[in-house]
Amino acid sequence: MNFVTPEIAWAPLAPILIVLVAASAAILIEAFIRTPATRRLVQLAVALVALVAALGTAAVQWALLDGAGTVVMDGMITVDRQALAWQSMILVFGVLGMILFAARTRAGEESFTPLGSTAPGSIEETLARRKGLQLTEVFPLGLFAVGGMMLFTSVTDYIFLFVALEVFSLPLYILVALSRRRRLLSQEGALKYFLLGAFSSAIFLFGAALVYGATAHTSYSAVAYAMELGGANDALLVTGAVMIVAGLLFKIGAVPFHSWTPDAYQGAPTPVTAFMAAATKAAATAALLRIMYTSLHPLEWELSWLFWAAAIASMALGTVLALVQTDVKRMLAYSSVAHAGFILVAFAGLEGEALSALPFYLLAYGLASIGAFAVVTQVRERTEDGSVGAEAVRLGQWAGLGKRSPLLAGAMSLFLLSFAGIPLTAGFVGKFEAFSAAIAGGGWPLVLIAVVASAVAAFFYVRLVVLMFLTDVPEGAEDDIAVEDSPLVRLVIWVTAVATVLLGILPAGALGLLEDAAVLLVSLGA
Amino acid sequence: MFPFLTILVAVPVVGAVLLWALPASARGRAREIALAITGLELALFAVMALQFDKSDAGAFQFSEVYSWIPQIGTSWALGVNGLGLLMIALSVILTPLAILAAWREDKDESRRRHYLALILLSLAFMVGIFAARDVFLFYVLFEAMLIPLYFMIGGFGGAQRRYAAVKFLLYSLAGGLIMLVAVVALYFVGPGGDQAFLTDNLSGLDLPVTTERLMFLAFFLAFAIKAPMVPVHTWLPDVAETARAGTTALLVAVLDKIGTFGMITLCLTLFPEAARWAAPVIIVLAVISVVYGALLAIGQRNMFRLVAFTSVSHFGVMVLGIFAFQVTSMEGAAFYMFNHGLSTGALFLLVGFLVSRYGTADVDAYGGLQRVMPVFAGTFLVVGLSALSLPGLSPFVSEIMVFIGAYPVAAAAVIVSAVSVVLAALYILLTYKSVFTGPVRADLGEARELTLRERLVTWPLVGLMLLLGFLPGIAIDYLSAPAADAVAQVTIEEAGA
Repeated sequence: MNFVTPEIAWAPLAPILIVLVAASAAILIEAFIRTPATRRLVQLAVALVALVAALGTAAVQWALLDGAGTVVMDGMITVDRQALAWQSMILVFGVLGMILFAARTRAGEESFTPLGSTAPGSIEETLARRKGLQLTEVFPLGLFAVGGMMLFTSVTDYIFLFVALEVFSLPLYILVALSRRRRLLSQEGALKYFLLGAFSSAIFLFGAALVYGATAHTSYSAVAYAMELGGANDALLVTGAVMIVAGLLFKIGAVPFHSWTPDAYQGAPTPVTAFMAAATKAAATAALLRIMYTSLHPLEWELSWLFWAAAIASMALGTVLALVQTDVKRMLAYSSVAHAGFILVAFAGLEGEALSALPFYLLAYGLASIGAFAVVTQVRERTEDGSVGAEAVRLGQWAGLGKRSPLLAGAMSLFLLSFAGIPLTAGFVGKFEAFSAAIAGGGWPLVLIAVVASAVAAFFYVRLVVLMFLTDVPEGAEDDIAVEDSPLVRLVIWVTAVATVLLGILPAGALGLLEDAAVLLVSLGA
Repeated sequence: MFPFLTILVAVPVVGAVLLWALPASARGRAREIALAITGLELALFAVMALQFDKSDAGAFQFSEVYSWIPQIGTSWALGVNGLGLLMIALSVILTPLAILAAWREDKDESRRRHYLALILLSLAFMVGIFAARDVFLFYVLFEAMLIPLYFMIGGFGGAQRRYAAVKFLLYSLAGGLIMLVAVVALYFVGPGGDQAFLTDNLSGLDLPVTTERLMFLAFFLAFAIKAPMVPVHTWLPDVAETARAGTTALLVAVLDKIGTFGMITLCLTLFPEAARWAAPVIIVLAVISVVYGALLAIGQRNMFRLVAFTSVSHFGVMVLGIFAFQVTSMEGAAFYMFNHGLSTGALFLLVGFLVSRYGTADVDAYGGLQRVMPVFAGTFLVVGLSALSLPGLSPFVSEIMVFIGAYPVAAAAVIVSAVSVVLAALYILLTYKSVFTGPVRADLGEARELTLRERLVTWPLVGLMLLLGFLPGIAIDYLSAPAADAVAQVTIEEAGA
């Protein structure tokens, strides 16, 4: 048997490669630079340079792309405008996330534990803290996650998709466990995320195997082609397709595969939550889009019940459970479940509109998520001895934040309004686009439900706004809350806030770009 | 051509930003600055109104169309006909008065500045909505306006204000979101393209019957909540009771008119067949609003709630006038929208002045005030009489036009509604009696006559009502053509079919 090395066109892969190479280099940096402070700076610089360089490369490719795109590695990867759009979005989320990773409190405290391997509350942990250890592995981990997600958006082969899935999931499992404060919660969240994630990966892989059994192919387009030719075993095929979709719905965080979200969102260090909320959802949506439009579309009818059921359940359960949360991070987690439902609404009918609507929706959602969680990192409890403690996540602790810090509370309100889809914010345009796509595809009953869910959801978003602006600081609790003022976090909040407003008022430019990206390249090369 | 309308929208926005960004040294002058900005707005509007071609009041003038988000077919399209012009007039007249009325409300400088900025912001939205010629733009402004209003209600006022603000927001949002579904659907049933949402491109669509009716209902529900009509009116009394008098005056006098304005400019224009189909039910609801609102008003002991319920009643009359589809009744309804703004605005502000003196809006806490403050009592009486449509004051003219116009097609509805005039006499005069006549209540404390500032606020409104009461033609000249066009849009098709 001859093994023929495939011809690989490296150039179209450049953005992904830059990130992955930088991630590998960052691991070496871990080994060679001993001083924590220097290492942190170098790591941050490497990560940011790599991400920005990748973003630049992606932009160049966008400009130079001839025709619909390029197929690389025998049809394993497809680089088209749709993929580049998602990749750029993930890179932007990556940049914002890395900046949040690097932020510290006024007292110089990072968001991450000094040594992940120590048991919470142990002497070793105290020693590690006293020695000033710093966990800078978070940067390479984050870079691997970004690289994996980018790959995830442009892969066109089920087996390779699984590889990409693991490349971005494994670093996230670790990142979730590394919180500096409330470490037990963090580890609990990570364990749940890991177990359920592993389970869903297995389901996905099983599904891919069944589809392979039915069609003898793993490439997206070849599977679709085999289905159209007919003769494939339908039971096998549909079961496999359902399992594939279920695996991706897990990453999107849709009901009934959502149960990890509240725990992982709450337990994870907030910068990680911010990055994960924005980027994972985007990557998973991108992959689901590509699969549904280029591979499983012959099964649209058979799968539509799954999308409708998951969409309705996510919207209903997400909003209702968010109503009763008393923890800001959990509330945002359930709101993300509801948003997963809104995302699935746009899949109704698999219309072309969704190809530009969903990237915009996810961009708007991601910016608001990163911004909102960035605000969460700044609102801290004050401990008995007057120093600044953990994040104040109980809703009651946010009372009167508008008086303590009008800008911070104002930004948070803006993000919440964007989540709620109030006009003049990016969230509204996103929602409008998603609903348009659904109505074009005949999904108006879904849109009606989505509208009712939005109205209910507005209630809990607005409740936080009420708490911040219209409620007074409780008597005697004036000194319980400390508002941090980290320049890095402030930068992220400004960028996301300005982008949220701009995309809400003048979205024409971004929408125009995304309309160019509403093309998926399908090749029958393999 | 000079973009008057865009500038009228932009000036208050700039003003609001200016107030928020004011350097510490100038913050004490926030009220003067806000007043100057609304003065500038009023002056700009006056210049524009003088250039308005009255002989062609049915046409949309000062039109501006700029591409906004071509991908979803929406444009920044503004333009006014006589009706829009009059509604903008109402907005720019009442806003400076509301600012003047709130002159001494806040001791705290920063709260005062925020309140004024929010008022300016909502002025921009009001002007934008009355001038919008693009359905998407209308929707965006319609929904975004909730944010400043929400903060105006929830941030400034009585103890229950947060509850009232949330109730207001949820009602409005629910209506708005259902309307959103219809807005999205319009894109697909309409011509599509870069200007898919221009109102002009959307009128005269030949829609499937069911689609048109569903879309009409979605729009109508949003407007009925805003207007407010029975049974979706319950947010208004709660808001009126607890919000600041100036806020409520603006809300009821101007913002709620967006409901009736939307019915005329969007519901009738876009969905004429469905409007005819729904008219009988809507007229019944309108009559219920008229009578039920009046009856509840009689039962109220809180003056803010009382005025709120009278408004529910009056909005019923307007809706009756609109959905009778007669030129005279439509003119009357449009004119009533303007007059009701003057009358109810003045009434809310006067009750507010009373509350600022004695700290309660409870009718039973008062008595005999006309002896100690005759000017206040007199002003209140005239404004009150305008609310019960006394001849000589402008609301009378509009109400009678609605009734006469609608009588040929909806005699029963008119007869029942006319009873409301009697009820109106009851709720206004009973209130006047217990507050202003009889012996002076000893426990009320020191009396303070209507101050110069308060006269400046209320007397212009009274003057306008008197002027239009005797010379209604001044305003009706602007309204005849738009009203005739609106009626023609609904009825011509019927004749053809």
